[in-house]
Amino acid sequence: MNTPDLAKLIFGRLTLEAIPYHEPILLGTFAMVAIGGIALLGLITKAKLWGYLWKEWFTSIDHKKIGIMYMVLGIVMLLRGFADALMMRAQQALAFNGNPGFLPPHHYDQVFTAHGVIMIFFVAMPLVTGLMNYVVPLQIGARDVAFPFLNNFSFWMTVSGALLVMASLFVGEFARTGWLAYPPLSGLAQSPDVGVDYYIWSLQVAGVGTTLSGINLVATIVKMRAPGMSMMKMPVFTWTSLCTNVLIVAAFPVLTACLVLLSLDRYAGTNFFTNDFGGNAMMYVNLIWIWGHPEVYILVLPVFGVFSEIVSTFSRKRLFGYASMVYATVVITVLSYLVWLHHFFTMGSGASVNSFFGITTMIISIPTGAKIFNWLFTMYRGRIKFEVPMLWTIGFMVTFVIGGMTGVMLAVPPADFLLHNSLFLIAHFHNVIIGGVVFGIFAAINYWFPKAFGYKLDAFWGKCSFWFWLVGFYVAFMPLYVLGFMGVTRRMNHFEDPSLQIWFQIAAVGAGLIALGIGSFIIQLYVSWKRRDELRDVSGDPWHGRTLEWATSSPPPDYNFAFTPVVHDSDAWWQMKEHKAERRTEGYLPIHMPKNTGAGIIIAGFAFVFGFAMIWHMWILAGLSFVALLVTAIGHTFNYKRDYYIPAEEVARTETARTEELANHV
Amino acid sequence: MILPRFSWRWGQHIEDRVPDNPRTWDNVSYGPQKRIGVPFCVPTIASIMRMSMKMLRGLLIPALALLLSGCDAVLISPAGDIARQQRDLIAISVVLMLIIIIPVIVMILLFAWKYRESNKAAHAEYDPEWSHSTVLELIVWSAPLMIIIALGAITWTSTHKLDPYRPLDRIAPSQPIAEGTKPLVVEVVALDWKWLFLYPEQGIATVNEMAAPVDRPIEFHITASTVMNAFFVPSLAGMIYAMPGMETKLHAVMNKTGDFEGISANYSGAGFSDMRFRFHSLSDGDFNAWVAKVRAGGGELGRDDYLKLEQPSEREPVHYYGSVSQGLYDRILNRCVESNRMCQNEMMALDKQGGQGIVGTYNVTSPDASTLSRLGLSEAEKRYVGALCVSRTTDGVAVSPAGRPL
Repeated sequence: MNTPDLAKLIFGRLTLEAIPYHEPILLGTFAMVAIGGIALLGLITKAKLWGYLWKEWFTSIDHKKIGIMYMVLGIVMLLRGFADALMMRAQQALAFNGNPGFLPPHHYDQVFTAHGVIMIFFVAMPLVTGLMNYVVPLQIGARDVAFPFLNNFSFWMTVSGALLVMASLFVGEFARTGWLAYPPLSGLAQSPDVGVDYYIWSLQVAGVGTTLSGINLVATIVKMRAPGMSMMKMPVFTWTSLCTNVLIVAAFPVLTACLVLLSLDRYAGTNFFTNDFGGNAMMYVNLIWIWGHPEVYILVLPVFGVFSEIVSTFSRKRLFGYASMVYATVVITVLSYLVWLHHFFTMGSGASVNSFFGITTMIISIPTGAKIFNWLFTMYRGRIKFEVPMLWTIGFMVTFVIGGMTGVMLAVPPADFLLHNSLFLIAHFHNVIIGGVVFGIFAAINYWFPKAFGYKLDAFWGKCSFWFWLVGFYVAFMPLYVLGFMGVTRRMNHFEDPSLQIWFQIAAVGAGLIALGIGSFIIQLYVSWKRRDELRDVSGDPWHGRTLEWATSSPPPDYNFAFTPVVHDSDAWWQMKEHKAERRTEGYLPIHMPKNTGAGIIIAGFAFVFGFAMIWHMWILAGLSFVALLVTAIGHTFNYKRDYYIPAEEVARTETARTEELANHV
Repeated sequence: MILPRFSWRWGQHIEDRVPDNPRTWDNVSYGPQKRIGVPFCVPTIASIMRMSMKMLRGLLIPALALLLSGCDAVLISPAGDIARQQRDLIAISVVLMLIIIIPVIVMILLFAWKYRESNKAAHAEYDPEWSHSTVLELIVWSAPLMIIIALGAITWTSTHKLDPYRPLDRIAPSQPIAEGTKPLVVEVVALDWKWLFLYPEQGIATVNEMAAPVDRPIEFHITASTVMNAFFVPSLAGMIYAMPGMETKLHAVMNKTGDFEGISANYSGAGFSDMRFRFHSLSDGDFNAWVAKVRAGGGELGRDDYLKLEQPSEREPVHYYGSVSQGLYDRILNRCVESNRMCQNEMMALDKQGGQGIVGTYNVTSPDASTLSRLGLSEAEKRYVGALCVSRTTDGVAVSPAGRPL
């Protein structure tokens, strides 16, 4: 065997050529990431934090810490995804009159693909999952999720997926196919390089995490509610989380199967979606949207729950129409499976098929409309405090109905024939995803931050962040609606018609405002940390909340509740306060808790190596890492030291300290 | 507010019902398409706000048209009857939804303001336990339901009426198609990254430029060579995908002469942004002259020429072909332009009869050496099912070697 073959055997198709040192933008980014990364690692090492991070965070199976880690992942990836957005806006604002802009198609096409993939899979999903992870067990009075180790493992699989996407920036390249990678464009014939493989493996690795976390939360909500909390007494956020996770469990396997078929086409020479040998790309389009449309509701349902909690808390009033809210959520859950074809009315389906899917899509707007009305009537006869979470909520309600309207316009098939794939469509889905999901997540962060860290977030910078985001959103996306009517399609690299340019320039200004919004949020985090003593909340209930998470201390102890609460009302904590329920201060028992383990991060690490090896066709490494992954997973099943007891004395100490603190401050 | 009085009967023209006075309607929306440029658009954004009440009274379309026609908003003032009907549908659905959207937005802001904590006047109304009202809940479910029933009915009828596969029954409002008019058939092939147009009636072909006589129905047959694109002439009619091995159809008509833009409306790879063509809508005489010019301007588009043309290229200039080899479009659609390749329709016919079994899996081939050298291609990357011997009966029906019809 001669040397080149040996290199190929070990490194597959990975060569030095794969490192894009000839592309100045990437090189600059790499330099920044490398310097920033080394500085961060250096700081951690200098502060001797590695042991602390490993013991207290990375190996933690505490749902609260995992929830926070998901949020951190989401925010870090938001910066990456938003950097892509800025590059796209700048490119489209510049590339007129023969000016090619600064991103050639080869690079630009990766940027818009990465933007979509990152924002959906590695920003919105982790943020939403993080929220559910943190809040749901507290809201239902549980001590953790049903499968704490699985929770840790799910998180690290999501991280591995995110790392694969990030790796594509500096080793090789990412897909140039659009975020759903339709074949034949994503097939081997049209995309022979590693981009689509990065896409496939990052989604597959992260998808394992998402599916498992869905199963985990469904089991948690179904089995672990506090005594007395019947289904119709669950807080609305828990309800929407339940529906979301049912959707995850039902939809993500479809994505996995769909991507497996695409990988077989690319790796094993099958012909599911190729042009020849009986393949049919339409099959992929159907499959991916059977996952893709429920995915939209996976993102938006939890934030509907967030807004329900916030509206009723800050209106100091019971949520209007609890039952109709629940039914609306369930109806949306079911209907979300019956609308997928509206993403491709223009692919030649018959008129009856198109009208069926158009009308089912419109029907979804009925329960959604009912929800908006319910929030509206919750404010009616309330006493509304305009704290930052409530501002986000009002911003959401106004913005989201506009997005809903443009969505129903797109659901009319003949209208969609004009607007499909246009910038109108782009404006529409950013209208609902930013106006809905992103606003909801910022509302939730501002709302639950004091629960997680024991101090409120600074309101001034919170308001700055809100107004920059709100105004920035309208300035960035209203021009895209107009451009849609001007017949401009998405994913264009450069333009000929000079009359379009001003609208792109306005949109770029809007993106700049949103950047200020993100900046303000980061400043808000920093300023709040600096002022944490002033902003401290010892009551555990800074907003005069209604649900059980506000019944415990902020941050809650590892075991969440020393005594499992008994629930009599959907607004359990509100009702306890109304009845002046006494805090129990004696009779503590040892608490059974799960033990931290490093297995999750290790298995996910092997999954990363496996994905990377598969992408580069390093078959030996792929085999080794897969075996290592299996061995670790099986080995972990022989780990019997999985639990421990918090002694009753320690619980008593913690709880007595809290009793004293409450007595001193209230 | 003018609500459309649609009926369930097929072929009802939605457009007939919206404008009270078709004349002024036409003046507003199809006025001269001057490029006024942006400074005029920006102040008119404010005018949209001022006009919102008028919009409610059914004047949304003219208002939007005024706003956007100055900015070349092609979808607001298209030149084709189909695109115009699709535009009207957008307007109708917006108006229908604004019935509910505007009150909701007003109520959100009103309630948020009125019930703010600092407004002591509203404190008397504060009722922390008020959370249910059967009447209100009936209203909040049924109000959107009513709108959706109306919109759903419009959707059902209009989707059938504007189905791109359905032959046209009119050229413009109250202008039915004359007896015996045959549509102009244009076969469209999306290539990497250019458009090929074949005119079977005229026997010509063009690249990145097409023409059609004004007011004559056009029947497009659309396919693609490798990846998905979408055929879109925004001023003419909505888009439809162009997909390899599949054929989509579009019926449309252009009501004005002029030079319009056509694009690919589905991202298809590196050369996608320049995948544009000009659509010339011409008078009958001019169209004939254009056909003559194409005939004179180019040689034959043979199968070899197509295989060369099919190779990826960007910013392809306009080409003319005076004639086209027999059955080329069918071969493109069935993916058998190469001489040693089995056509998809034959493959499906074979499979329908039970297929070739295991033997068939060996029947895989590539372009042969002589074809490659003729086309100037270096190596065979393509692999496909090889053609089998096919005999034809005297009346041209393809049969299997054993004599069974395929």
